[in-house]
Amino acid sequence: MIEMIDVKKTYPNGVIAINGINVKIKPGEFVYVVGPSGAGKSTFIKMMYREEKPTSGNILVNGVSLPSIRNSKVPLFRRNIGMVFQDFKLLQTFTAYENVAFAMEVIEKEPEEIKKRVMEVLDLVGIKHKARMLPSELSGGEQQRVAIARSIVNDPKVVIADEPTGNLDPETSWEIMNIFEEINKRGTTLVMATHNRDIVNNIKRRVIAIESGKIVRDEHRGDYGYEI
Amino acid sequence: MKFRTLLRHFRESFKNIGRNGWMTFASVSAVTVTLTLVGVFLVLMMNLNHIAGNVEKDVEVRAHIDNAANDDDIKAIGKQITEINGIESVIFSPKDEELTNLIDDLGDNGEAFKPFEQDNPLRDVYVIKTKSPQDVIKVAKKIEGMEYIQSVKYGQGYVEKLFSFVNIARNIGIVLIVGLLFTAMFLISNTIKITIVARRKEIEIMRLVGATNTFIRWPFFLEGLWLGVLGSIIPIGLIAVLYYNLYKYAAPQITFKFIDFLPANPFIYQVSAILIVIGAVIGIWGSLMSVRKFLKV
Repeated sequence: MIEMIDVKKTYPNGVIAINGINVKIKPGEFVYVVGPSGAGKSTFIKMMYREEKPTSGNILVNGVSLPSIRNSKVPLFRRNIGMVFQDFKLLQTFTAYENVAFAMEVIEKEPEEIKKRVMEVLDLVGIKHKARMLPSELSGGEQQRVAIARSIVNDPKVVIADEPTGNLDPETSWEIMNIFEEINKRGTTLVMATHNRDIVNNIKRRVIAIESGKIVRDEHRGDYGYEI
Repeated sequence: MKFRTLLRHFRESFKNIGRNGWMTFASVSAVTVTLTLVGVFLVLMMNLNHIAGNVEKDVEVRAHIDNAANDDDIKAIGKQITEINGIESVIFSPKDEELTNLIDDLGDNGEAFKPFEQDNPLRDVYVIKTKSPQDVIKVAKKIEGMEYIQSVKYGQGYVEKLFSFVNIARNIGIVLIVGLLFTAMFLISNTIKITIVARRKEIEIMRLVGATNTFIRWPFFLEGLWLGVLGSIIPIGLIAVLYYNLYKYAAPQITFKFIDFLPANPFIYQVSAILIVIGAVIGIWGSLMSVRKFLKV
């Protein structure tokens, strides 16, 4: 579960990114975060995985109060959430398999378990046959599949995706969305910031719209709502 | 940490050396160049120090005893001298022995002194060595004040100049070595920093998937160690070969009595050990300092 209470965020340069947000996301929910560029979407998302700290207010993720955990404990917190980014964030010198396995190695899982589980998730995202390839040898869609595999390999309760289809063509984007739906069906909470109106309007889920650092709309089965 | 994880860090550190081929080359080259310089200076300074030590060791105090002193007086003086702080040895040299030594030292010219054997004009002497050569002057002053001491000689004037020269040489050497080490540290850690800045994304991703700082640091720590050790191989080889040949072929040509180089056998190993340790420490330090920046500790 994710909960934000009176959250405000002002950057050192004086920019107010988030200006008083209260929101609750229940376990197993699928939530889109939409809004124009510079509205505060990214800050909203980054605060959920403790990349940014709020200036005031509290954020609870899986029962952990994020503003009060120490920097050195951040990695431990992140083991319980999966993250997917627009630019994939894969280790370029690691193969697809190694990239996914790395997330299990850091929590010191048994090698046999790692091997079994990595192949399982690579199969789930449909990229098992390219396990030995480097990210540079994969297409954008394939790289994003590897990133998704990595985000779910440790069975997190929450997956946070920041514009996961931003760099992909429409067809590939639909394939990626199918994977996300599949993950959500298994009970994982999914928070996804996006600019993709087609996806939001076709796969109807809860929509949180952010403008000027505030939630301006929160609908159960909403629309994208912005004209492009 | 599990042993398996430690093995993983070792494996990873070796892989990284290969994965970052050119960066490894740059870092190792920086270590090689600076350690060669440090090594050459180290060899010079340690030998200079050794020679200076030899020269200092030859410094001794000679207390000449008045002929008026009888055997008991002489013994009493000997006892008094022994009681002075910082004395290493006191040797009594009777005047007959002094004359024999003089005649021997002068070789053929010594013949001229033979007639004196009947009526020896020299005096009994106490030859005193101090634990620290620098104490010679102080000890000499004390002995001068004793009864039946006719004169005290320790190479007045010459000894003071020698000491100040040796001191200056030592200090310059230390400053040079320390300066060089600092230069080496900054040069190497900067090179390593560049290689790690290029990998900041890698560190960021590791943090994203939940790697602790310690987990991220380990491979970098080991990598720094390998870079330092790899970089010290050429300087060690170079210095070992050069010094060995210098010691074997050039040193015997120098015939000044007090110029005596450190024997190649333990010395080359000592210098090698020092260089490898410096290389390792600098490599680790440079690597960890650079990673620190990206760990937000």
